[in-house]
Amino acid sequence: MLKQTVKPQFLVLAFALLLLLSSTALAEKVSLTFYFPVAVGGPITKVIEGMTESFMKENPDIKITPVYAGIYRETLTKALTALKGGEPPHVAVLLSTDMYTLIDEDAVVPYDEILPAQEMGFVKDYYPGFMQNSQTGGKTWGIPFQRSTIVMYWNKEAFKEAGLDPNTPPKTWTEMLDFAKKLTKKDASGVVSQWGVAIPTTGYAYWLFQALAIENGIELMNPAGTEVYFNKPASVEALQFLVDLSRKYEVSPKGTIDWATTPKDFFERKTAIMWTTTGNLTNVRNNAKFDFGVGMLPANKRPGSPTGGGNFYIFKKATPAERKAAVQFVKWMTTAERAAQWGIDTGYVAVRPDAWETKLMKDYVQTFPYAAVARDQLQHAVAELSTHENQRVTKALDDAIQAAVNGTKTPAEALNEAQAEAERILRRYKR
Amino acid sequence: MAFTHYPAVNTFISSFFLAGKGGAAPEFVGLENYRFLLEDKIFWKVLKNNLVFASCTIPLSIALAMTMAFLVNAGLPGQAWLRLSYFVPTVLPMIAVANIWLFFYTPEYGLLEQVRRFLGFSGVNWLGSESTALYCVIAVAVWKDAGFFMIFYLAALQQIPPSLGEAAMVEGASRFTYYRRVAIPLIMPTTLFVLVNATINAFRMVDHLFVLTQGGPNNASSLLLYYIYEVSFKFWDTGYGATLTLVLLLFLGLASILQFGVLEKKVHYR
Repeated sequence: MLKQTVKPQFLVLAFALLLLLSSTALAEKVSLTFYFPVAVGGPITKVIEGMTESFMKENPDIKITPVYAGIYRETLTKALTALKGGEPPHVAVLLSTDMYTLIDEDAVVPYDEILPAQEMGFVKDYYPGFMQNSQTGGKTWGIPFQRSTIVMYWNKEAFKEAGLDPNTPPKTWTEMLDFAKKLTKKDASGVVSQWGVAIPTTGYAYWLFQALAIENGIELMNPAGTEVYFNKPASVEALQFLVDLSRKYEVSPKGTIDWATTPKDFFERKTAIMWTTTGNLTNVRNNAKFDFGVGMLPANKRPGSPTGGGNFYIFKKATPAERKAAVQFVKWMTTAERAAQWGIDTGYVAVRPDAWETKLMKDYVQTFPYAAVARDQLQHAVAELSTHENQRVTKALDDAIQAAVNGTKTPAEALNEAQAEAERILRRYKR
Repeated sequence: MAFTHYPAVNTFISSFFLAGKGGAAPEFVGLENYRFLLEDKIFWKVLKNNLVFASCTIPLSIALAMTMAFLVNAGLPGQAWLRLSYFVPTVLPMIAVANIWLFFYTPEYGLLEQVRRFLGFSGVNWLGSESTALYCVIAVAVWKDAGFFMIFYLAALQQIPPSLGEAAMVEGASRFTYYRRVAIPLIMPTTLFVLVNATINAFRMVDHLFVLTQGGPNNASSLLLYYIYEVSFKFWDTGYGATLTLVLLLFLGLASILQFGVLEKKVHYR
């Protein structure tokens, strides 16, 4: 009798225990660390954290810890240092051009090794231009996220004051130089209060220089990332043009022009035209107290810009479950809707054509047509400079550019040295 | 053993290897890293920069620290406030400090430029010119160090028995003579201590470079330790990084031999 009364209670208890066990099994979360850089102005960390939070709400079995890790270069340093220390992030946004470095370091795993072949179709959703720096040797190593091209911003009020049509940006180098001469404001003693044009030469000097080189009809490296063409005549001419802007024509500040403060120079009306990433678009829109325009970069022999920006990489050390979860996160972050929203929040190019077909994006472009400039420029875009030991090779080029704009070396001398240095570095990768 | 000798020996061994890529074992290359060091233009440039940096920051920060210590020790009105303001740079984190100085140096609308413009001079790109970038970095380091060293000098000055000052006054010595003949000789041991610290700092100071110049333009403001960071942690060329580290160790070793072996005998007033 007593036994019979106990038994159901016992059953309930056992059942409850079972439920508890199974629910803990269900709730066993996959935890992912996610490193991301910030390369443009504006509240980017907040946007990223907001996105990961909504991801976790929709996917309660995955926990994402977003870690802001500095600019791109610092993020790579941090990720590789963590890798050598044995605890790399599971997923990170790093420059698309870091692909070879990450492969050489055996740091990342291609998406093809995580997903079965029939699920790899999704890579066709992204712009082929962005996939150029994301695939090599038939494998997909990165998924485009905060991708960009360089665009030209101009101050319409300054154009009006200088007697230029505020709605007609310069279309060629010659025109840009002409306009810049008119836009440079000097007082009687030669003190400049407004420069014509600013092309940054710190931070990503090689990237902006590459735009000039492309426009002058040359690509700086081969697709395998084992050869560079820094000292070809067309490259030297491109650097000469950049140097002449400040040293010969005096329409641009002397010395190096800082990447990070160039947008501020533009807001402060210290420069009438600036070249910077489209990723700064929303920053400029929110902070420029004047009417401004956004256009494709002016052409010389051809129009053009390198693509740029960051991809999602998945680190090799992750377990199969973590890798799967990471792919799920990456796919979620780059769906058409999300890509559109991210593009609107920042100015980065929404990385897939169907994002531009969403109502959200269509409405945005309707009210703010400049949002589409970088996308339209994609048809002229070229893969960003990317080689083995990319950091080292780009540093050689950065140093050369800085020496040239400082006048300590001629463009030809500087680029000859950079070429020799790059060849020395790349020797071991040539077969 | 584990914390001092093991890393040094390990660094020495690493300097004979070429870092293996992607977890591969390092390859023994003998003296190649050293041979490369000799022909590495950037190395010679940063070495020269570092010597300039040391020969400016060490005397300037010591002279400034001593002057400030005399000032705050002299019993002027508002000296608590003065001591605080001299010491503030020391307690601020270097990265924050560098950000403030970044604003001073910004071309076109930075503080320095606004002052110069007001006086009718045209713009200078302080951090973007090869000729000025290193000196801008030096100014920040001196500003930061001087306040710290002042504390040691202040402590040393307060150790001097007041009777010596009174005796000097009775003898009719001027304030200047008192400092030159009495105070400064008596604080020489402190000067040695500060000198050692200043030398170490000159080779160790690196954090503000991350914010101010990243070693640029064209390595004009790069220092040895920053270059070691770049080679070791940006390029992951750990073998060459180790070689450079040995050069740094060599410098610090020489400096300490000089300071403790030679100078120490001369500083104690007996």
